Amino acid sequence: MTDTDLGIAPPESQLRAVWAQFRKHKGAMIGLIILVLLVIFSIFGPMVWNPEKLSVAEALKLKNKPPALAYPMGTDQLGRDVMQRMMYAGRVSLAVGFVAMVIAIVLGTTIGIIAGYFKRLDGWLMRLTDLFLALPLIPLLLVMVMLFRDRMAGVLGPEGGAFVLIVFAIGVTSWMHAARIVRGEVLALKEREYVLASRAIGATSRRVILRHILPNVISPVMVAATLGVAEAIITESVLSFLGLGFPPDFPTWGRILFEGLEYITLYPERVIFPGLAISLTVLSVNLIGDGLRDALDPRIRGR
Amino acid sequence: MMMKSALLGAVAALGLAPAAFAERGADGHVNVLYWQAPSILNPYLSSGTKDVETSSLILEGLAGFDEKGVVFPRLAESVPTVENGGVSADLTQITWKLKAGLLWSDGTPVTSKDAKFTWEYCTHPEGGCAQAARYEGIKSIDTPDDLTIVITFDAPKPNPYQAFVGGTSPILQAAQFANCLGAAASTCTDQNFKPIGTGPFMVKDFKVNDVVELEANPNYRDPAKPAFATMTVKGGGDAQAAARAVMETGEFDYAWNTQINPEMQAQMAAAGKGVLLNGFGTLVERIEMNMTNPDPALPEGERSTPKHPHPFLSDIRVRKALSMAIDRQILVDIGYGSAGRPTCNIVPAPEMFASDNTDCLKQDMEGAKALLEEAGWTDSDGDGVRDKDGAKLKILYQTSTNPVRQDFQAVIKDWWTELGVEVELKNIDASVFFGGDAGSPDTFQKFYSDVEMYANNFDGTDPEPYLGQYLCDKIPGPDNQWQGENINRFCDPAYDALWNELSKTADIAKRAEIAKKLNDMLTKDSYTVVALVDRGRLSAAANTLGGVVLNTWDTELWNAQDWFRVK
Amino acid sequence: MLTFALRRLLVAIPTLLLISLVIFLLVDLAPGSPASEIPLTVPPEVRAKILEALGVNEPIHVRYVLWLKQFFWIEPLNGIDAIFGTSYAEGEQRIISYQSRSPVFGIIGERLPQTLTVIGTAYLVGVLIALPIGIYSAYRQYSLFDQAGTIFAMIGFSVPTFFTGTLFIIIFAVWLGWFPTKYDTTLEVTDWQSFLQQLRQMAMPVMVLGLANAAAISRYMRSSMLENLGQDYVRTARAKGLSERTVVLKHVLRNSLIPVVTVIALGIPSIFGGAIITENLFGVNGIGAMLIQAIRGNDLPMVQTLAFIFAILIVLFNLIADILYGLLDPRIRYD
Repeated sequence: MTDTDLGIAPPESQLRAVWAQFRKHKGAMIGLIILVLLVIFSIFGPMVWNPEKLSVAEALKLKNKPPALAYPMGTDQLGRDVMQRMMYAGRVSLAVGFVAMVIAIVLGTTIGIIAGYFKRLDGWLMRLTDLFLALPLIPLLLVMVMLFRDRMAGVLGPEGGAFVLIVFAIGVTSWMHAARIVRGEVLALKEREYVLASRAIGATSRRVILRHILPNVISPVMVAATLGVAEAIITESVLSFLGLGFPPDFPTWGRILFEGLEYITLYPERVIFPGLAISLTVLSVNLIGDGLRDALDPRIRGR
Repeated sequence: MMMKSALLGAVAALGLAPAAFAERGADGHVNVLYWQAPSILNPYLSSGTKDVETSSLILEGLAGFDEKGVVFPRLAESVPTVENGGVSADLTQITWKLKAGLLWSDGTPVTSKDAKFTWEYCTHPEGGCAQAARYEGIKSIDTPDDLTIVITFDAPKPNPYQAFVGGTSPILQAAQFANCLGAAASTCTDQNFKPIGTGPFMVKDFKVNDVVELEANPNYRDPAKPAFATMTVKGGGDAQAAARAVMETGEFDYAWNTQINPEMQAQMAAAGKGVLLNGFGTLVERIEMNMTNPDPALPEGERSTPKHPHPFLSDIRVRKALSMAIDRQILVDIGYGSAGRPTCNIVPAPEMFASDNTDCLKQDMEGAKALLEEAGWTDSDGDGVRDKDGAKLKILYQTSTNPVRQDFQAVIKDWWTELGVEVELKNIDASVFFGGDAGSPDTFQKFYSDVEMYANNFDGTDPEPYLGQYLCDKIPGPDNQWQGENINRFCDPAYDALWNELSKTADIAKRAEIAKKLNDMLTKDSYTVVALVDRGRLSAAANTLGGVVLNTWDTELWNAQDWFRVK
Repeated sequence: MLTFALRRLLVAIPTLLLISLVIFLLVDLAPGSPASEIPLTVPPEVRAKILEALGVNEPIHVRYVLWLKQFFWIEPLNGIDAIFGTSYAEGEQRIISYQSRSPVFGIIGERLPQTLTVIGTAYLVGVLIALPIGIYSAYRQYSLFDQAGTIFAMIGFSVPTFFTGTLFIIIFAVWLGWFPTKYDTTLEVTDWQSFLQQLRQMAMPVMVLGLANAAAISRYMRSSMLENLGQDYVRTARAKGLSERTVVLKHVLRNSLIPVVTVIALGIPSIFGGAIITENLFGVNGIGAMLIQAIRGNDLPMVQTLAFIFAILIVLFNLIADILYGLLDPRIRYD
């Protein structure tokens, strides 16, 4: 491991080097483009694509239409334009997916590193992890919703409150895997020669962790992050389905997928579009993760 | 679909019946699917439909209800009435006679003692009997001889066909359950899982919430029945998967409660392996109006209680306008298809009790708007939402989680938005919504919203207890741990007086007249309860299964002894 | 290592007691109620009587202590009775489910076989597919095989099992008619014929779950292998002239297994927990389906017991993972 030069290099140029390497990574750039397109679709889509609001009776005459020019993704069982719903849904699903994933990963990595590095805290933190792993999820979420929904809704409105609650609920119930994995890696890493050497020359724990440990656990963390986004999007749909999430007229990708499932044999496009959107999001995160890992690895970057 | 099943039944009855009925057990095996699997086979310990209906294959009462809601004898010789002297003229006594020579599936004789024991079993104060309501008002049961059961009531009982009638109150074998009285009831796992009965089948093996394996009862009273030697009742999955297993893959012969959307109904019917059967009972999907104020700003304990009337729903014009804005036929088309029909009544059946109230069936958006204007609700600031004295017309509309209900919410929200009402939707998991936990803010009894939607019905054919739910003293509140059935907090002394009259009236025509009046007071006269859809039952039967008659007044498996294989 | 394991096992006892208390409070606090299973046609007085008979109204500490006693004393005694034909536990109240009024352990025993067969096989299949895919994808990073593996994995874990399950039913059961849609729990494997039937009914749930498991594990395997393939010791090993096979499968693989072992160890308890959606979809009716039904019906004794057994398994398998770390990398020391 030749990371002595890294310590000397000023941070901006390091960032630039990472970016330069990242740009060379074909997969990562494809991933980034897909993600940007999905974000544009969700944020700016509804401003461009804004079909006229029909009355119930009129809309029902147009129900279950296959994709066509007027409805690029068809219409649903109530005659609503699926594309417009997909756009609004994307805002929620992307936001929930990423924010919840970031909470889970930051929490999991921090706890994992502290537990793996400081032996005194290991026992306590891992028992806490066991506790969280053992808690049955649905009662936990039901209790959280019961205790906090009305308070949150009072402060942030029903949608804002639901968003904070869902993101928080998913975040605090899905950090444990990352924590266990990171801890396992750290246990092995901290006995490696370069870490021992660094400690021998008097480096503080903080420095050892940031310089030597953290960069080397990036790779499993990236996988956990990829899985985390997918899981958060799906978990959100399950929560909303149970009535623990967003109000029922609030579309999310998971919910559109869930609703479409009933009609899968009749109108397969109703599950294909939301399914595709979720898969593409996950794929893009994975590709970006791959690129990021390569870009952060000085051995590859040097080449 | 109805045509097809009717034809099939007729063909089967005419051409094939004699051959098929020749011998017990001649037709082999039959597969039944209850996607909500039975968890116990003793209906006195669980009132879930899945448990009651599966148990009805094994346990029987003195009488049952047929597909028209008429009482017919099962273990009894005949149905006692005032005319044949079986019911005393003052309506305080009913005398049942058992058929002679009846045997339990273990070969011992059925006696009147068993019926008396069953009454004692269910009315034991520590037993927590789920069907206790069926035995209410019984003073004593006497058994002058082995075949005679005399039930004496505390007061005149206009509807004496409750105890021992229908799948919810069958007769247990005294010998088997002798040690299971009271608190011991739940330790009797063997008895509760393998009750000895008089029905066409007996339990061979039972796996909780999974599968029941049954075989023909060798001592069933008709030596030629049942035609099937064995039966499996399997659980798991959902309604759509259940329908598919009968209609598309043909793995099962009968599936219970296959409530699927109208388009799927059409697609599955086209697969040609089975038919969807439907029938209408008393289940009505409705919107309940909250007559009290659910404002979260009110202190806990006063929210949604009669202390604070609702700021605008207490005005009948607002309630009526909300009802007028709804097109019930569209709701049926979206959610139920042939298994639903629009209704304005909360008592849609039996026919003699159903009011001819149909004025809600036609949507009248303009009329509704005019009514709100008249009530003083105008859109003074031009934002599309009506207001009055600075307050906006804003409604929180809650219901349980269920795809059809969420579609209804979306569509009704559209109509009410057009009317100038702002609507916020909320859905709640059914286990919480119907759980009645006094600690939860989300139960339907607490009603912390302006309107809520769910379905309700009544047992059997008599609506008296059901209409009794709307009495003033049945209002849920903090003083009774929110356990009350008057969800709307409706309170009208005239209604209470009329209901008291109903409970004392014996003449059936007079009863029907009063019941209709009560129904109208809740619906078209006050719009407290806004009925939407009369929901039928929808079940699926394979083409090769004969003799199936869908019964909405008793258990769906009421005539399993007559089922046979179409060859 | 042995003292470490013993010490951890001792620490596990108070941990588990605390976990059991937290689970109990949580399930009790949850807003559902066993009353939600009772139809609306049952009047409130009867409803209250039913709940009283279930023992729902006892104070919470009484119920918790009773449960502890039943779980740690009466149920083991019952186990002894069942094995040796003794009668130590006669007349003692066992843990009774609210929904079926029968002993919770009886129901678990009934359901464990299908859960272990179906979910266990799916997990095994998942791991056996995932490891080679992960290793080879890493070894040939960005090759066609790797790209295909990536796409497969993305689909595998971004598409929920309720979707793949329904899709499989429509394709393999409705259109092709190869497999039954409902799992027959009463089937006993006695001969070749019934064995084939068992395979047929297991095929779809195993495919659905195996796909999801394989997707996640293969990604961890791949990333960890990649991390190690670039290390100096690999270069050293190659320079020494070791065969490529030895380098990859002995040196790199062994050093890459730590995160994979963690993930697999985290997954094994969930075999017992079952796969709620998949079990329900195919009518496997194992522990997972039981758990969700119990949660819906607020069947506290059942949820509590299942969650606690689950907790024991989690603690146990995390301990096993910790011991395996030490075996895989002797530099990891715990004392």
